[in-house]
Amino acid sequence: MRIPCPYCGSRDIQEFVYRGDAGPTRPTHDDSFFAYVYLRDNVAGTMREHWYHAQGCRNWLVVTRDTLTHEIEGAALARRSSQ
Amino acid sequence: MRGQTHRLATGGLIDRARPLSFTFDGKAYTGFAGDTLASALLANNVPLVGRSFKYHRPRGILTAGSEEPNALVTLRSGAHAEPNSRATVIPLFDGLAATSQNRWPSLAFDVLALNQLASPIFVAGFYYKTFMWPAAFWEKVYEPLIRRAAGLGALSMLPDPDHYDRSHAFCDLLVIGAGPAGLAAARAAGRAGLRVIIADEDERFGGRLLAERHKVDGMDGPAWADAAAVELATFPNVTSLPRTIVFGAYDGGEYGAVERVSDHLASSLPGQPRQRLWKIVARHTLLASGAIERPIVFGGNDRPGVMMASAVTAYINRFAVAPGKRALVFTTSDSGWSAAEDLVAAGCDVAAVVDARGSPPPAAERLRRAGIRIFEQAAVANVAGRRTRAATIIDSSGRAHTVAVDLVAMAGGWNPSIGIGSNLGCRPSWSDSANAFLLDTPPRGMTPAGAAAGALSLADALASGIAAAVKAGSEMGVTIAAEAPAAEAEPASTSPPHPVRGRPGKAFVDFQNDVTAKDIDLAASEGFTSVEHLKRYTTLGMATDQGKTSQVNGHAVLAAATGKTIAEAGTILSRPPYLPVAIGVLAGHHRGRHFRPERRTASHEWAEEQGATFVDAGQWKRAQWFARPGDRDWSDTVAREVNATRGGVGICDVSTLGKIDVHGRDAGLLLDRLYVNTFSTLAIGKARYGLMLREDGFVLDDGTTTRFAEDRFFVTTTTVNAARVMQHIDFARQVLWPELDVQATSVTEQWSTYAVAGPRSRMLLQKLLPAVDLSNENFPYMGAAEFEWMGAPARLFRLSFSGELAYEISAPASFGDRLVRALFEAGSAFDVTPYGTEALGVMRIEKGHAAGNELNGQTTARDLGMARMMSQKKDFIGRVMANRPALLDPARPSLVGIRPKAPDARLRAGAHLLPEGVRPVADHDQGFVTSVAFSPVLGHWIGLALLAGGPGRYGETIVAHDPVRGSDVAVEICNPVFVDPEGTRLRG
Repeated sequence: MRIPCPYCGSRDIQEFVYRGDAGPTRPTHDDSFFAYVYLRDNVAGTMREHWYHAQGCRNWLVVTRDTLTHEIEGAALARRSSQ
Repeated sequence: MRGQTHRLATGGLIDRARPLSFTFDGKAYTGFAGDTLASALLANNVPLVGRSFKYHRPRGILTAGSEEPNALVTLRSGAHAEPNSRATVIPLFDGLAATSQNRWPSLAFDVLALNQLASPIFVAGFYYKTFMWPAAFWEKVYEPLIRRAAGLGALSMLPDPDHYDRSHAFCDLLVIGAGPAGLAAARAAGRAGLRVIIADEDERFGGRLLAERHKVDGMDGPAWADAAAVELATFPNVTSLPRTIVFGAYDGGEYGAVERVSDHLASSLPGQPRQRLWKIVARHTLLASGAIERPIVFGGNDRPGVMMASAVTAYINRFAVAPGKRALVFTTSDSGWSAAEDLVAAGCDVAAVVDARGSPPPAAERLRRAGIRIFEQAAVANVAGRRTRAATIIDSSGRAHTVAVDLVAMAGGWNPSIGIGSNLGCRPSWSDSANAFLLDTPPRGMTPAGAAAGALSLADALASGIAAAVKAGSEMGVTIAAEAPAAEAEPASTSPPHPVRGRPGKAFVDFQNDVTAKDIDLAASEGFTSVEHLKRYTTLGMATDQGKTSQVNGHAVLAAATGKTIAEAGTILSRPPYLPVAIGVLAGHHRGRHFRPERRTASHEWAEEQGATFVDAGQWKRAQWFARPGDRDWSDTVAREVNATRGGVGICDVSTLGKIDVHGRDAGLLLDRLYVNTFSTLAIGKARYGLMLREDGFVLDDGTTTRFAEDRFFVTTTTVNAARVMQHIDFARQVLWPELDVQATSVTEQWSTYAVAGPRSRMLLQKLLPAVDLSNENFPYMGAAEFEWMGAPARLFRLSFSGELAYEISAPASFGDRLVRALFEAGSAFDVTPYGTEALGVMRIEKGHAAGNELNGQTTARDLGMARMMSQKKDFIGRVMANRPALLDPARPSLVGIRPKAPDARLRAGAHLLPEGVRPVADHDQGFVTSVAFSPVLGHWIGLALLAGGPGRYGETIVAHDPVRGSDVAVEICNPVFVDPEGTRLRG
């Protein structure tokens, strides 16, 4: 499997570290922290995920991946996505 | 040719000028270059090659390809021995030695054939139904007995002496299979300039063209194939991989393949790998892997002498071997008639051709005129003989005829080899027009072509290959010439699987796992009606051949038994590897010492000179201790190093700890959000201990962070968490707070750092650095400074892990060797001692410092006695969840020290803590011992532990219970800081 890193191009998945769902945002209210830390949707279909290009440019990416077909539709810098 | 009684006088693709000698079960035979072991055995009229898995029935060669279920032999001997090698794909070499398997004492007389008498018990699922009582017998009695009785070849149990290589390749078009469709497609794509990789498991390209008699573009099949292969070799954009099996399809257009580099030689050349693993990334793939002929299910179809019709064709045409003298052909497809004509052309006696259908192809007329008996709408009910002797034919009116034959060729239709097409979950579906399962929804980027797509006639296969190449090319914006090579459109109709039921005799479906048609009926009657359940319950298709000759026939029998159509019954998904793959080739060069990369610090060579013993810390090699004459054992060495350091000065390489530069206007602010304590207030030239949490409130890591400027911080981590913390910092600044002006980079490998510890450490360093004022007033505890050493930037930190007066000195890693030698030179006047990780560990335990054993991912800051470090004035990662009620519970296991009540008792890490006098069960468990050491300072063992309500229980006696190593030690709970609890030595 390969991930199209915006800086480095198409690279083998072994260069990356997977974190998880890119959806949840760190809450401003203490009450929402439990959900932020522990609760996740288990999507059968397209997900946006956080991957870290550990063996490359060391940028965090948001990768759009289909959990059923494993097809990776694209990857963008996480920094851009959250702004 | 003496002994080769079944070798034809002329013809074949073998090289009669190169005779080869080989042995099978110790007997000597000859063959020719170009033979396989199977063709050479057949030439020498060796009927028996193995015994079946369960019933130990005598078995002969069934096929001429890698789908072979019967002819499994052990090739070579000793460490090079390879069991379960299929004789049909072993190229013959001079001196080849092979032995049969799964028989005792010999192939001819196998005692375990007695299993057959008990065959009514050994039906499908019998393991689940018998051997159930008593339960204890399963592990000790039944399973070992079954294992010994069942099984195929045996491993040599010696280390694998071969080398294995790895290659990574990228291409526009991967062509799997170099038969007519694959060759035509690869050649057209290569001519158009695409980057092509073409792979075939055979030694020569050509596929069925090597086995059958065809003309392509006016040339003989093999000649056309050779010419295409030669042309492909001239293209720099084409990589040809014969002897290469593509074994699996993976996500993202990736394929795994094994190239058998030197398996066909008697032994590898020096330095030559035995096999090479290819990881191929292809933009587009053609699955031109051909089709495998289906056996027919009838009584006695497993007897030596019953063979696939396509195999008979291959042995006659490619190897010039007649597999029998008097043959019967039983067919449900047009292709079976070609085998009959090949037999006639080879001079074999054809006793009869039996076609289950009513409308045979034109060949029938030719054979009828040649005087051969033809039976239409008929079937073979049974084959008799330990070695095929006679066959019983049931004609269209139901009358039985028995014919004496020594060869029965069966042609049950064709199964496209689409196995790897279903690796990614695309389930094939039944096609009534092809009478086979087809991959009609292949994975993206893959196109079946040729017989693999159901195009069975040669002309259709060639056209299909070209069409697939054109389509692939257009998807990549390249125009490929659409002209297909010319060949005849021979008759190629087939019928669905046609089991012959209702007759006595065992009718085999899976030859390798000995699954009969009756077993399938039984499974269906017991409710295992899905093809996936049938497979697991009967073990149909689960042998090393993965059901290549049995799966579809099994589906047909199941469909009939459950009243479904075969389309409704469906088929299973295939899982890689398509053919057996040696573990060694997957490991490649990553074996033994090279299993993982080895990371060394700059002082490694120096440490080796000093006689260091090394230990693995992750991928790092760290000096564990430095033995000296007079040390009786390692514990003497470690005690000496601790005493020398605490009493004088010791030096330890601490370069492996993680180091991260955090720079920027908001660097301090970021660190405030990462650590539980505050760093934005840290003065320049000062270091501070920090604790980092995960967002769930548990401790992630600890370290000391130093401020060198308003906007420059230097963070350290533990050795094992260096990468994890770097990732954590990058996540915080890129994803959580991208608005902060801060950058971070790992500098773990850029700096060499040495701890210089002990009362004489200041003197040593002052001698090395006369220009730096190391007085206590100018360089207090937790101070830090940057300066130059030997023209390179250097740093000095006054930090102490040992609890003594201590420093850490850093220089760029390229100066690391020079620095350590300079330190020891300066230290010679002070009797400096090198110390390793063991002494480092003893000293930190004596000081009650938490390390990896305590930062185990399950402890909180509070558990470790660091609750007061958590700032109340700022947000930080983990703040909210660390304050969950359960994590504030004082009954949680918390850090304490333990010392044995009996002064000479030994403590062991991992022991659990229970109150005195209670039964040692989980209900009474109150914690466990995390770290232990023999303290040279105190003269007895000490330990750190996590104990429920720990800090409030100093003075209490408790039991350290170790059932694994069989000891119970009474211990006293105490302060974890065993040595210099006031910390006076640090601050001197």
